[in-house]
Amino acid sequence: MMGRTIFIDPGRCIGCQACVSACRECDSHRGKSMIHLDYTEPGMSVASLPSVCMHCEDPVAPCAEVCPADAILVTADGVVQQADTTRCIGCSNCVNACPFGIPKIDLQAKLQMKCNLCYDRTAYGLAPMCATVCPTGALFYGTLEELQAERPGVQVADSFVFGDVVVQTGVAMVVPADKVQWPVPGGLPVVEINGKDVR
Amino acid sequence: MTATDPGRAAARPAPVPVSIDPSIAPPGTRNFRDAGGIPADQWHADQNGETLVPTHCCFCGVQCGMYLRVDKGGKVFGVEPRNHDINRMRLCPKGINAYQQVNHPDRLTAPLMRRSRDEEFKECSWDEALDFTVSEIRRIQEAHGNDAFGLLGGASLFSEKTYLVGKFARVALKSKHVDYNGRLCMVSAAGANKLAFGIDRAGNPFSDILLTDCLLIAGSNVGECFPVMTQYLWGARDRGASLIVIDPRETAIARTADIHVALKPGTDSAFFNAVLNVVIAEGLTDEAYIAAHTTGWEEVKKTVAEYPPSRSAEICGVPASQIVQVARVFAGADKAMAWHARGIEHHSQGVENCLSVINLCVATGHIGKPGAGYGTITGQGNGQGGREHGQKSDMLPGGRSITNPEHRKQICQIWGIEESELPTAGTSMMEMVWQMQRKEIRGLIGICNNPFVSLPNYAVVKDGYDTAEFHAQFDFFLSETAANAHVVFPVTTWAEDEGVMANAEARVVKHNKAQDPPAGVRTDTWVICELARRLGAGKHFEFPGSREVFEELRVASAGTVNDYYGITYDRLDETGGIAWPCPSTEHPGTPRLFEDGRTYHPDGKIHMQVVEWHAPMDAYTEEYPLSLTTGRTVAHFLSGNQTRRLGALVEQTPRPWVEVHPSHGFRNGDPVRVVTRRGSEVFPALVTEAIRPDTVFIPYHWPVPTSANALTIDALDPRSKIPEYKVCAARIEAAERVDEVPAPPTPPGREAYPETQVSRTDPLPPTAPQGRGTAERS
Repeated sequence: MMGRTIFIDPGRCIGCQACVSACRECDSHRGKSMIHLDYTEPGMSVASLPSVCMHCEDPVAPCAEVCPADAILVTADGVVQQADTTRCIGCSNCVNACPFGIPKIDLQAKLQMKCNLCYDRTAYGLAPMCATVCPTGALFYGTLEELQAERPGVQVADSFVFGDVVVQTGVAMVVPADKVQWPVPGGLPVVEINGKDVR
Repeated sequence: MTATDPGRAAARPAPVPVSIDPSIAPPGTRNFRDAGGIPADQWHADQNGETLVPTHCCFCGVQCGMYLRVDKGGKVFGVEPRNHDINRMRLCPKGINAYQQVNHPDRLTAPLMRRSRDEEFKECSWDEALDFTVSEIRRIQEAHGNDAFGLLGGASLFSEKTYLVGKFARVALKSKHVDYNGRLCMVSAAGANKLAFGIDRAGNPFSDILLTDCLLIAGSNVGECFPVMTQYLWGARDRGASLIVIDPRETAIARTADIHVALKPGTDSAFFNAVLNVVIAEGLTDEAYIAAHTTGWEEVKKTVAEYPPSRSAEICGVPASQIVQVARVFAGADKAMAWHARGIEHHSQGVENCLSVINLCVATGHIGKPGAGYGTITGQGNGQGGREHGQKSDMLPGGRSITNPEHRKQICQIWGIEESELPTAGTSMMEMVWQMQRKEIRGLIGICNNPFVSLPNYAVVKDGYDTAEFHAQFDFFLSETAANAHVVFPVTTWAEDEGVMANAEARVVKHNKAQDPPAGVRTDTWVICELARRLGAGKHFEFPGSREVFEELRVASAGTVNDYYGITYDRLDETGGIAWPCPSTEHPGTPRLFEDGRTYHPDGKIHMQVVEWHAPMDAYTEEYPLSLTTGRTVAHFLSGNQTRRLGALVEQTPRPWVEVHPSHGFRNGDPVRVVTRRGSEVFPALVTEAIRPDTVFIPYHWPVPTSANALTIDALDPRSKIPEYKVCAARIEAAERVDEVPAPPTPPGREAYPETQVSRTDPLPPTAPQGRGTAERS
């Protein structure tokens, strides 16, 4: 986990999409939102979850690892940047590699687009747009100590397991204190490979 | 990032504070870097010559602070979060996108006129539009009396403009028929607060929520209609406070609440009476407080004895154990607060519902302390201020009553008119529409409202307006109501004028002018004063702008309960908001009421009122077995005139839907016909377990044929005259195809703006799994 980072608390999300709108206002990609807002249990409840880039650290982010053009650069402070427009070839490798489903390809421009933690703001010590406006604090920007001071007893997770791969992330997720398992299972369990039941 | 790369930090020049042009920003405005403004990589500040203007959002009653970003050419082009006391940088999607109204291609830029409704609108000069309006006023008033011409204002206007609306009706039009759209919003709470406390406002500021141990929210979908209040709610919960939500739907805040009471719509007072019944039975009342500060307790006690949990559980359709649980948690908390909104106010017993909540707070002694009290959540930005200064049919400025001889004398002195000239009390907004149907009112000016979407029983509303011989409307977009008018005056948005609003805590905040209005657009103040001048009342309306109106408003409210006298523009700029009453310029304002245990009744006591529950007006039968309830969604605001044209918000929520329980056998997206005694319309189904099986819900921001208000009943609360939006009898049946949402009306000669067309026919409601973020659009 990075020092100052985003903490996502799905329990607080009210699905208002302020983060989605705010992301559109961010100067580094004005007019396009990089946040995904998902309804996790449609038809059962209004539960929702904002997904920002998890800025994986693992030791390098999967999207950056698979980029054939070395377009996805990671800053010294752990922020995984949007693909460098001068290098990106729009091949979609990063889209396939990301276990969280974050990067998107702008088909017209043939460029990858994703959250860069509002680098224009965070480099100056300000919070990213989404975490600045989030009314409930479902997106919180700060250090773990700041989060714990504000929300006593909060538990966070920054490693997720997909099959037999563990991904360490720079952005952390608030998890229920009484149900926490390490690492947090990510995605769906693998049940078969090449037609063979592997359960 | 704590571990920034030192090399990188050195490579980026430190941002230079950008000074703000004093001609558009008031003194005391801070630069970008203070309060977390734009750090804009230097490029932005240098290249764009960008400035920030501190102001507030134009939408709901939270009144979040925000900066508007203004470019070199003096045009608003963006928004920046502002670290204001109320919202501390938080914003909701409406606030973030609000700036897009200002230079929107649909803006009206010239007056529109037609002599009859059969003609098409033509753009005309201001003189033509004003003269035609004045000649129609004169014609109607000479033939049918002064009261045949009415005026309808709005609660999204600045307080200065609401003051002018009331003054214009009584001094220039000399008509008693003036009312405002807050009549559809807050008046039940207002009536209840007046009866119980003698003052009409929330008792506590938002910041008190952070101190409470138990927060009860009744009839408010805070997560969608008041999103920024949720930060206070979570602040309280982080300290261990419990949250009780009373709502027929499992809304976003109800989902994680400690207790969610999903009662049947229209049964709130039965529920709160039963809670009080349990509180008394278990000896949890604060007898010392009641004895010292209240009257009427014995009668209240007698009435609630008739509401044991077993009886109310049956009425409300909730387990009796939940009623007992709510009573224990609320009364047992060291400090508890109750906040309520339209959910309990939009009823033919709205005042009673609010009184039953007040009775509960008072009986448990949770009044007038830090972290203990009650709050009313105002729907419109100026829902609170809009009813304080004479826009309401029975009110004069400063919350005075128009029937009180003493009050009449005071105002006539300030206005410089004879008391005999001052009209008496008029009727409420819905009643005025009925009077238009009966030709008792033949002409109308509407300012900042859109009754074609927002009043119940659309058929009656349309008929009333069509029967009127003359109708003029002030707006900056062509609303559905304006499209039916004879004259439309293009007026300013909130960012093109200055003025004050009072938020839900009764904190008066100042909005600043961020840009000049487009050519051809005038401020509402100018138009009202100009109409008054042409009507021969010019000497009473010599106001160059909001500042001068506010000076008169201050003086007019001096010494009343709603005392603004100590509030000045300069003080508001310095402090970021002052809660009234504020009797002198040294007074800090009154964020929390009743701290000394005295109310604003002459005896200083809280007058507890007896509340009896009665069934809603629209009876359930075999033909209409379900309750239809209506409400808002987070992306749109009230009649949608301001939000249904902003691309991001249209994309977020392109159309209305009907929320139904899975037990009805529909699948997501199925066309469902909702039938009430007023009409029927077809919506796509949003099938969810988060609603009671006997209830269906439709958001009301859209016009016919997708208008919830074509189905709702125009029954009124006898005391507050608020319509019963929140409950009527309905049935649902399968249909062929959904009704399409019409595009918003556009001025003559202009194409519909493409962003309003986004997926208008998409039958899927927004919460159906249909793609992920907005990045997919690309």
